[in-house]
Amino acid sequence: MTQVNFEKFGKISYVRETKVADFVKHLENGKIMATRCNKCGKLYFPPRADCPEDLSQDVTWEKLSGRCKLLTYTTAHFAPAGFEDALPYTIALAECEEGTKVYALLSKEIKENDISIGMDLQLTPLHLADGKITYELRKAQA
Amino acid sequence: MSVAIIGAGQTPFQRNCKISIRELCFEAFKNALEDTNLTPKEIEASIICSAPEYDKQRSPAALISEYLGLTPKSTFYAESICSSSSTGVRIGYSLIKSGLHDTVAVIGFQKMSEISSSEVQERMGRGADIQWESPFGTMMPAGYAMYARAHMQKHGTTEDQLAKIKVKSGKYSLLNPLAMHRRAVTLEECLKARTIASPLKMYDCCANADGASCIIMTNKEKAKKTTDTPIWIAGIGAASDTLSTTSRTNLTGLNCAIEAGKQAYKMAHIEPKDVDVAEVHDCFTIAEIMAYENLGFCKPGEGGKLIEESQTYIGGKIPVNVDGGLLSKGHPIGATGGSQIRTIVHQLQGQAGKTQVKDAEIGLVHNIGGIGVYGNVTILRR
Repeated sequence: MTQVNFEKFGKISYVRETKVADFVKHLENGKIMATRCNKCGKLYFPPRADCPEDLSQDVTWEKLSGRCKLLTYTTAHFAPAGFEDALPYTIALAECEEGTKVYALLSKEIKENDISIGMDLQLTPLHLADGKITYELRKAQA
Repeated sequence: MSVAIIGAGQTPFQRNCKISIRELCFEAFKNALEDTNLTPKEIEASIICSAPEYDKQRSPAALISEYLGLTPKSTFYAESICSSSSTGVRIGYSLIKSGLHDTVAVIGFQKMSEISSSEVQERMGRGADIQWESPFGTMMPAGYAMYARAHMQKHGTTEDQLAKIKVKSGKYSLLNPLAMHRRAVTLEECLKARTIASPLKMYDCCANADGASCIIMTNKEKAKKTTDTPIWIAGIGAASDTLSTTSRTNLTGLNCAIEAGKQAYKMAHIEPKDVDVAEVHDCFTIAEIMAYENLGFCKPGEGGKLIEESQTYIGGKIPVNVDGGLLSKGHPIGATGGSQIRTIVHQLQGQAGKTQVKDAEIGLVHNIGGIGVYGNVTILRR
């Protein structure tokens, strides 16, 4: 894995250097990637370069379908520094069909009254201002 | 049982305490030592506990131990965010049990007003996994709110039941002169309060505070010489869970609390029904409901019912947080665990005044760091 700048990830990023910085490149190409340990076969999302099961560092990128279901959520009315302009926003935890979980914002297109635990969602790359990039959870297409 | 608590003190918990961190710690230290006939010279080691992101002072242990007159004795810093002083007590227990020291002081403190509110706001977002979760604007209330939402979905817990936790807290706050918010709150007030992170509203959340606590621990021989009412550490459990929400396997309870509780019960050779009085980490109302379940005071999913039936009031099945809890006392992070232990020590010594639980013999302290990251359960006996 090559080292690239991870700072582009998220509205505010706190991590610049990471072994999995290529995640951002894939995201810019429209792909949300997990990693799989080539030794034990375990799938990791968020991706990681080091497998704690067997200490292997031999991992491969693997594309997620993005199909997931809502596990839980909250609509925040207070925010840490730098996020105030986005209020209110809904933070969600969803389970991907591959079995991993994802922590992301729910798209603003989904009204608070329409949110229900168990609903189908689609994890989708999202371009932000200033050339930054993230992903969000949108309504699944029927 | 071979390790005793012989002194337990704290300062008032308040906003903007107007004194320095060393002076705050001195107040708690003096208050705890006054329970004993010891002088500072007899303290062989000090463990200083806080959450460093609120400190201006680097390496506060050196500053504080000097001010308390403890130099050249061993001193060091212990941190597990909101459970730092329970971690300190755990380390103190092992120092005494190993025979390295006879008598140890655990001093927890936090002066959250040390830094500006914008600095606080900046730090709030970095309590989560900074690579994969903080970039989405998360913070503590949001984390517990996600547990609340999942608990409501799975077990039918209601916003009314959450509010009833705060109503109990408000009632007992009136009897605790050291609490920051000493005010009874009605169910209606709780339900009408503004939303912080849905479904949690203002009164579902504890508040930042300044304060310090101190626990003096010693071995069996010294305990018998220094006090008529030693309180024994019968069980002490600690566990952790993942920092990342994506790796959690339980969204309706805190696995670190369940595991720490199991360890403590096993070590103390008791069952949940044997506990006479408990202090649980009610940083948010949902946290107290989950604590009831995770500690076995009721079955999983029945925490809402337990408060609905008022079973955690004095006179109920298991009185919980009869000092007002974090929700009313305030939550000076590093001082909180020591304050919880102090409440139980006083209960078991029969010195809890108007909130005394009759004939309390066994007490439990549940102190959690972060959003269910560090779990600490301590069982005390008289």
